[in-house]
Formats: sequence, C-alpha cells, structure tokens
Amino acid sequence: MLQNLPWLFLALPLVAAAIDWLCLQRCPRAAACCSIASAAVCFALCVAYLCGMQTGSPGVYEWFPLPGYSLTLGLLMDALSMKMMLVVTGIGLLVHIFSTGYMSGDPSNHSRYFAGLSIFMFSMSCIVLADSLLFTFVGWELVGFSSYILIGHWYDRASAADAAKKAFITNRVGDFGFLIGILLTFGVFGTLSFSDMAGHQAVPAQSGVLTALVLCLFCGAVGKSAQFPLHVWLPDAMEGPTPVSALIHAATMVAAGVYMLVRLQVSMGTDAFSQTACTVICTVGAITALLAALMATQQDDIKRVLAYSTLSQLGYMVMAAGMLSGEAAMFHLYTHAWFKALLFLAAGAIIVRCHHEQDIWRMGGLRRKMPLTTLCFLMGACALVAVPGFSGFFSKEAILTAAWESSIPLFVIGALVAVLTTFYMVRLCLVAFCGSARAEGAEHAREAGPSMLLPLLILGVMALISGYGFIADTLVPFAGFHAHDFEFGVPFLTGLLALIAGGGLAWIMYGGKQKQPDTDPLTPRAFSRALRHRLYIDAFYDKVLVGGIQQWGAAIVHCLDDGVIRRLVGHGAALFTAWCGKILGKIQCGSLRAYVLVSALGLIAAMILFAFTIIH
Amino acid sequence: MTPLSHYLIFSGVLFSIGLTGAIIRRNILVVFMCLELMLTAANVALVGFSRAQGLEGVPVYDAQVMVLFIMAIAAAEVAVGLALIVAMFRARRGVESSSLTSLKD
Repeated sequence: MLQNLPWLFLALPLVAAAIDWLCLQRCPRAAACCSIASAAVCFALCVAYLCGMQTGSPGVYEWFPLPGYSLTLGLLMDALSMKMMLVVTGIGLLVHIFSTGYMSGDPSNHSRYFAGLSIFMFSMSCIVLADSLLFTFVGWELVGFSSYILIGHWYDRASAADAAKKAFITNRVGDFGFLIGILLTFGVFGTLSFSDMAGHQAVPAQSGVLTALVLCLFCGAVGKSAQFPLHVWLPDAMEGPTPVSALIHAATMVAAGVYMLVRLQVSMGTDAFSQTACTVICTVGAITALLAALMATQQDDIKRVLAYSTLSQLGYMVMAAGMLSGEAAMFHLYTHAWFKALLFLAAGAIIVRCHHEQDIWRMGGLRRKMPLTTLCFLMGACALVAVPGFSGFFSKEAILTAAWESSIPLFVIGALVAVLTTFYMVRLCLVAFCGSARAEGAEHAREAGPSMLLPLLILGVMALISGYGFIADTLVPFAGFHAHDFEFGVPFLTGLLALIAGGGLAWIMYGGKQKQPDTDPLTPRAFSRALRHRLYIDAFYDKVLVGGIQQWGAAIVHCLDDGVIRRLVGHGAALFTAWCGKILGKIQCGSLRAYVLVSALGLIAAMILFAFTIIH
Repeated sequence: MTPLSHYLIFSGVLFSIGLTGAIIRRNILVVFMCLELMLTAANVALVGFSRAQGLEGVPVYDAQVMVLFIMAIAAAEVAVGLALIVAMFRARRGVESSSLTSLKD
C-alpha cells in the first residue's frame, strides 16, 4: 500500500481539479483552498522523498496488452525526476498562493481557474514522473490542454481565445513529430520504457534512423518549448493570467521539452544523439535564443518582454542539450524556473497594482511606490542577466563554458544573447521603476498584499541563492550534478563584458535623470519596426501558411461545389429532366388525327397478335 | 346463298373506309360520319355471322338482337354528338379538329 504513495503526485491534483470543477463552482475560496492544499501536500511529499524517505518502488499498471509487449503506466523516481518535481511543486505551490491575491478582484470564475491549475499540476507530474515515452506523451498532451484552458481563462476577450487556439494548434504541429518519434523509438529499441532503453544501447541501428528518431522527438520539444520556428505561440500566451504565465509559460511547462531531451540523453545514452541531430538541436536553440532576445529589446508590454526573454533562455537550454551537456541545460532550467517565476509574479503584482496596465511606457517611478516588489523584480532581473553572485550567473556560466568547449560560433551567439538580455532587462527596469510615473495607474500604485509578497520574497531568495554549489548540488535535477568551482576564464570574462556592454548601452539609450521619454526613442527606426512586428514571422505564418492553406482549401472546395455538385449534379439533372420532358412532350401533340391513327395502329397490332395467338 | 367471306370482306372494306376517313379528315362532321360507317361495318359482320351460324335457313338471332342494340345506341350517340358539334360550331365558327388546341396552348 505504502509503496504506491508516489501515485498521490498524480491523484491529488486530479481529485482537487475534479472537486473544484464539479462541487465548488459556487465557492471560489473553497476551490482555491482545495487546490492549494493538494499542491502543498505534493510539495511536502516531494520534500520527504528528497530527504530520503523510502517506500519501495511504486506499482506499475498495465494499460493494454499487445502481442509480445504490454503498454504499462509506471512512475520513474530517480534524481532527475524527483528534483524536477521539487521545482514543479515548489513553484506550483507559490503560484497557487500568489493567485489568490492576483485573482481576488477579478470577476471571472475562480473555481475554473484553480481547477485548471490543478489539472496542470497533474499533467506536469505525468510528464516528469512518467517511466515511458507513451506516458510522457499522455502528460504532454494534457499540459497542452491545461495550457489551452488557462491561456483562454478570460475567453470573452477575443485575443485570449485566439492565443489559446494558437498555442494549442502550434503545439499540435510539434506533437505530430513527437508521435512519429515515439513510434520510431518503439521500432528501434523495442520498448518505450526509459529504464529498458538503457539496456538496449547495443541494438544495431543505422545512425540515419537514430538521427531521424531523435529529431522527431525533438519536434515535440520544439513545439512545447517554443523553439524557432514554432515559437510564435509563447508571446501570445501572455494573454492568460500572469500567475499562469509564471508557472506554465516560464517555469515548468515550456521547460518540459528540455527535460524530455535530457531524459532521453540519460536513458538512451548520448551515443544515440548523432552529430547531425546535435547540430540541428544546437542550431535551433541558438537561432531561438538570438531572435527572441532581439525581439525582446523592442517590446513595450512588460509580460511580452519577459516572454521573449523566456524564449531566449529556453534557446540557451536547448542549445546546451544539443551540445550533449544535459547538466548545464538542467542547471539553467532549474535556476531559470526560480528567477523567471519571480520576474513574472513580480510583473503580475505590478500589473495588478497599476490597474491592469502592462505597457512599460505608462509605468515609471514604481521603486518608490512598491519598494519590495521592485526589489524582488530586480533580484530576478539580476539573476536573469547573470550578475555575478546570483543564480543565473552560475548556470549561464555553465552553458557558456560548454559552448566554449564545443563550438566557437555557438559561444559567440551565446555571448551576443547575453548582451541583448542585459540590454532589454536594464531598459525594462529603467523605464518601469525609475523616473516618475507616466500615467494615472502608476501614480496610484501601492505595495502588493501579503499573499502576493510572500511568494515573491521566497522566490527572490531562491533567485539569489539557488545557484551556489551547496544548494545546487542537492537540488539541480540531474543525477550526480556537481557545481563546478568558479574559474577565471574566457566564459567568465565574456559574461562580465556582456553585462557591462548591454547595461551600458541601455543606460545610454534610456538612462539619465533628465530623460523621461513617453515612448521608446528607437521607435522610428526601421529595425525597431521589424522587431516590434516580430520580424514578420507571425505575419508570414498568417498570410502564407494559414492564408495559403485556406486559399487552396477554398479553391478545392469551390471546385467540388461548383464543378461537381452545381454543374454535374444540380445542373446536369435539371438538363436531363428537361430533355426527357421535351421528348415525351412530343407525344402529346394535340392533333386528334394523330391520336386516332395511333389507336388504329394499336388496334391492328392487337388484332394481329390476337389472331396469331389463336392460330398457334 | 351469299358466302360469309363476302359479308366479311364488305364489312372490312366499309370499316377501313371509316377508319381512313376518321384519320385523314379534318372536319369533325365527316369524322363523325366515318365513325358511323365503322359501326355499320361491325353490324354487317354481325349479321353475316348470324346468318352463317344459323341452321336450316334459321339465323342465330342473338347477333341480330345485338345489332338492334348497336343501332339504338348509335342513334343516341348521334343525337349527343351532333348536338356537341353544333355547339362547337356556334362557339368557334368552325368544326375543324386541328383547331381544337386551346388546352395544349
């Protein structure tokens, strides 16, 4: 009985979601308590397991048997998954608590919101704890569903409904590749279970098939982790409530792609990742990191800046995974989860207190109105831009070191992205927190309430300390992780230089006491316009892909409609009937003599027939 | 005694003349007369058969009774038919069968 305790990770949030949805539609407070309780118990359970609690291996359930193989659902509880669970449940719990404060003044249905959060916790636990690719895929689709529900929480806003749809459909594209990858995996390894794959390393598979397999599975990660060219959904997903953006679209779900890649590298062995596959993965990660960082520099919406920053950091992680440096990828995933959740939640607090104002050019002077929130946000920003001593510094250092050792172009891109990261974060902080208020909302802002401040402070502490060896060694989701000692080398100097360069640029552009612009001074430039329009990638998808497919579809449908149905079936039948009528109508000529003639002929025919019949 | 074949040939010729007239003539009055001609042809055939079937100079009277019925009915029919034709002539100033096309048009 006790050995099945880990299944509670899945059962509790699912039950909480069901109770919220079915029984507590009318009592939002009770629904919130129910969801928070389930998240808290999961977190406590996770801590207990990490502290060394042993309950034996959890039961495995047969889903359905196949000839010679049976698909099972089981939980894999190793260092990778349990420490990842700690990140998921920990941030999940804080976001649940924050949500009570964030949503308190909102007229929408809170029970639905908390049910969505609980469903998400359930689905994410599925991905993290799954012991087979199939189970992962189930969770994979479920997080897509919960993300859809939560992005579209304010579904009466057209933009939110569209964003939810866009996120879901874009993910489907990646999931299709993922599904093919799962089938290929079954073909090559003969099993879908992660723990059995390790034993099948000796299976002689052509490297081409293995490359295809890895790349197909990578497709799933491209969709879920919003990598180029499927990155378009993540910035739009910011239409959802801010805590949701923090939990799903920054800290956990979008990291699932990276987690899955690392999980594969651990179970299949890094030998399965061929040179070609690695190059593709690295390139995609690097392109995403660079493009997203560029686009982030010219966004005005505080959440969108953070969203593009998430994209760019995910690009870093994917790049690291592509360099077969899963350790660095997971380290960055882990620190990023804390500080990006912090940034989003702080942004959420700011948005609420500025009366739902998200444009940074209508904020300003917030450091005096909301000092604690500002402090938390700055801590997150410092971690993000890798100020030495903050958590992000250590993990970015790890990735840059890995890049330095594997390929110089990737290292250069990484450094460039670091410069851009510093630039856009300093820009954001200067505009939003310094100077004086630019609009009514920011004028009347006041400090966030305790239910919002508490999670912020906890996350702020984590953003500060989570990178240090003594914590990272125990908490980073990677078996046998060991934080490297500080080295005074090229990566460190590059990081420092990037920090100074980016910060200096932003200061020149936006800093200074006397400057208090109401819009970005770079707006009139052509490159600013291009970046604001997301380099026209979204427009291209809308016009060429979606529009093109719709046009072709419409042409085919028109062909069928007009050619086959209208011309052939409709018009043709009418013509045939009219023709028959014309022919038959000639019989009714109206001439008495013709009638008589015909009847006479008929009479004669009848007589002849009759006479001959008699004779015979 | 006249053989049956003579009656039948005469009756056939009479019927053919009547039929031809009914087909080719346009004047309804003439068509009407041709109809009478055909009835007469039938009567002749019946009388011929009645004589031929008779024994020792006594004809079978069944057929001759039928002939009387036919004549009576034909007389009644002529009364109705002529009345119709007169009415038609009054209405249309003509009795051409080819002009009876108002339903078609």
